[in-house]
Amino acid sequence: MSKNFLNFIITIIVAIILSQFLPWWSVMIAGYVTALFFSLKRVAVFLVPFMAIFLFWVVYAFWLGNSNNFILAKKIAILLPLQGNAYFLLLLTGIVGGLAAGVAALFGKQCSLLVKR
Amino acid sequence: MKYAQLVFTFLLSILAFYLLNTKLGSVPPIGKFLNPAQGIWKNETDETISGDIQIEGLKDQVTIHYDEHLIPHVFAKNDSDLYRAQGYLTAKHRLWQLEFQTHAAAGRLSEIVGEKAIEYDRQERRRGMGFGADNSLDKMKEDPKTLSYLEAYRDGVNSYIKQLAPENYPVEYKLLDYKPELWTTKKTALLLMYMTRLLAGGDSDLEYTNALRLFGKDRFDLLYPDFYDVNDPVIPKETDWSYIDTKITETPQSELPLDSISETMDKPHPNNGSNNWAVSAEKSYSGNPILANDPHLSLNLPSIWFVMQLATPDHNAFGATLPGALGIISGFNTHISWGETNATRDVLDWYKIEFKDETKKRYKFDGEWKNTSVRVEEIKVRNQETITDSVFYTHHGPVSYDENFKGKVGKEGYAMKWIGHIGGNNQRTFLELNKGKNYDDYLNALKHYTAPAQNFVFASTEGDIALWIQGKLPNKWKGQGKFLMDGGKSENDWQSFIPKEFNAHIKNPDRGFVSSANQHPVDQSYPFYVFNDGYETYRNRVINDFLKSKEKITIQDFKDLQNNTYNLKAFELLPYMFANMDISKLNKNEKEVLNQIKSWNFYSDIDQMAPSIWDSWWSKLYTIVWDEYDLEKVALDKPFTYQTIYLLKNYPNDDFMDIVDTPKKETSEDLFLITFKETVKDLQQWKEKNSDYKWKDYKATYLGHVLQALPAFSRFDLPIGGDYNTVNAASKNHGPSWRMIVEMTSPPTAIGIYPGGQSGNPGSKYYDNFVDDWAVGNYINLLFIQDSESAKGIIATQTLNPKQ
Repeated sequence: MSKNFLNFIITIIVAIILSQFLPWWSVMIAGYVTALFFSLKRVAVFLVPFMAIFLFWVVYAFWLGNSNNFILAKKIAILLPLQGNAYFLLLLTGIVGGLAAGVAALFGKQCSLLVKR
Repeated sequence: MKYAQLVFTFLLSILAFYLLNTKLGSVPPIGKFLNPAQGIWKNETDETISGDIQIEGLKDQVTIHYDEHLIPHVFAKNDSDLYRAQGYLTAKHRLWQLEFQTHAAAGRLSEIVGEKAIEYDRQERRRGMGFGADNSLDKMKEDPKTLSYLEAYRDGVNSYIKQLAPENYPVEYKLLDYKPELWTTKKTALLLMYMTRLLAGGDSDLEYTNALRLFGKDRFDLLYPDFYDVNDPVIPKETDWSYIDTKITETPQSELPLDSISETMDKPHPNNGSNNWAVSAEKSYSGNPILANDPHLSLNLPSIWFVMQLATPDHNAFGATLPGALGIISGFNTHISWGETNATRDVLDWYKIEFKDETKKRYKFDGEWKNTSVRVEEIKVRNQETITDSVFYTHHGPVSYDENFKGKVGKEGYAMKWIGHIGGNNQRTFLELNKGKNYDDYLNALKHYTAPAQNFVFASTEGDIALWIQGKLPNKWKGQGKFLMDGGKSENDWQSFIPKEFNAHIKNPDRGFVSSANQHPVDQSYPFYVFNDGYETYRNRVINDFLKSKEKITIQDFKDLQNNTYNLKAFELLPYMFANMDISKLNKNEKEVLNQIKSWNFYSDIDQMAPSIWDSWWSKLYTIVWDEYDLEKVALDKPFTYQTIYLLKNYPNDDFMDIVDTPKKETSEDLFLITFKETVKDLQQWKEKNSDYKWKDYKATYLGHVLQALPAFSRFDLPIGGDYNTVNAASKNHGPSWRMIVEMTSPPTAIGIYPGGQSGNPGSKYYDNFVDDWAVGNYINLLFIQDSESAKGIIATQTLNPKQ
């Protein structure tokens, strides 16, 4: 299994577990911790956890919204404003979660280098 | 170098955390907000309405059936459990609104929205909202039963709040990033104060004082008469008052202070009002009395009303509740039905206070110095330091206006005397109405009622109909409280109250119906002084004429009347304008528009153009007639609509008809022409930007979310006819907030509707599912369940059990 894929899967699993009892920043911890133990290279350091949490949040949000015809998502997409388009809100949700995880992973990577040194 | 990257990525992480975890301006903390595990995606759901729930403090099991409209039908074994369940369910479906309204009442919005609400909060503190709530709570505590139910309701609300995980907070909490706090009995008192402010918090004393000073007494009396030349009062003219043996207070010989003030506090919406009526068994198509009520308030989402059935083995009531108050407010039970309209009496007066010195510790009263007390108001402001405002209190009430608040520098101030401060157990009236069985129970329930004074309509299965104007009403001398009074003389104080049994009322009249629509309660023959506090003059006449015109009245008649858009106001002015306007000065285009409105049938229906022409024309005309009032630094209230039209028709050459800014001296005929030409111009522009100026589009009625009408959570462009002077009193953002019709069969049969939905969650399909039906005049059948075991019409059942 490639290291990228392993990191991707572990990030999602850690995020899912932590989200049960921690606030939204649990995805930052997931990105950070995974980067500590499954060190990646170059742009993958950011991109893999980004994709992982992007996927996690988008799928989770889609699952919640879809069961309710996205009634609220459409309204929030007026509020934010995203032209009332629920898919834009899903996209934004994924990007926000992904960014948080990716940034934390960059820091995790630096910490892991520190330990190795 | 490595360390630099470490520090950089660390700082980047902190920054990302901060930006996504913090509310920035009006943008919610976006990470928190969009997180699917705890953010708004969790609100993409309806409330759970089945299963078993354990609630602390319940004595017995409570069964809650939900019908297809998400109306809870609550079956408890005792009253305490009933009101506990009401609190629990209100919190469950309307938590954010429940709390926000009492924050608004208490002047605590700055805690939630920050500094932009400081002025609002100060004003509510200066109005003495908290002071009034404290006094009311003290009064309610005198009755152990009321107190125990208030506490049960409180505990019910709190049972819900305590089990609520942050991920399940209503979406508004997530948007504004704050938490619900626990409910208290005082919050119920605050909610009742909120209603008192809404319905009895208006006055024009200071504005009228300015008008008196500027225009003189004769002109003032012409502009603001105590009675209009037409009057179709709530209590019919032919009423015999000879049984009243209490005398009207004698007028003292004191002078009025003719002071000026440049700015006064916000007033309640001038259109706050309502309709109600009931027809007798003889006049009813079925031989059962029928009752109707539709309160007109600002149109908001979530709606101010929440519909419930509240039953115990002892009583079974159904109707509209107010989140925060106990029991049904406008509704019916197995035996009786009731509803309210605002009685609009002058129960708010202002007194000029002379302080001994700048410390404001003493004020002059009957030649001596009397002590003030001080209430230090702490206004917490989000992300800022707490503000304190010391409000001085006299025996009249709070000195709202002084050098620190809209008043003048120096040793003077204006103190407010308000029925809202006196305190009363208004809650008990509703608790007793909920279990009332007949006319006598209704009378007994009303005697606790203090404010805001209401026209309580009544009908019973026994066949009685009645209407009492109930509230604690000062027995004023003729003219008392029209203007600012000298607060240094005891003779100017309210001397006594009208004894309850002498409040105007009517029972089973020969005409076969009772009705009220915020018009004058009585005619001149009523022995007590009733000041014209902005009485309605159109809806009442349309309602009474309609009810008089029919031998027998059906449910369809009731529906038609509630949805009636006949514009009597336009009918009374337009023909005069057509006849007296110089039409030769109109161009072709203007003539076309004139023909459009000339062919109007006077119904303000959604697909007509004429109501839009009328609306624009009238508002321009009203503005230009009273251009003399556009003075800086003087607070003034313009004369009422009816009197304006009276003057236009009967005093066409009066000085007020002149436009101050022009050298010419205009008459009312000139004004008709000028404003008509402007109207045509405006409508043309409107048409170019939008479409045809059909009334529906031009009026564009909307329901604004309680939080500053956030467009995302509001509803716009509702196809509803009428305007603020038609029986269907739907204007742009104000109108029938609950429509109910009850036929007094045994048990009663009822229909109702309100602009909104049972759920307060914008993510629920029950958030606004009544709106479309409401707009077009449809009703839903109110499922009055008699047997708690019955499953008919029920979509889910939830059981509340005592916590072991």
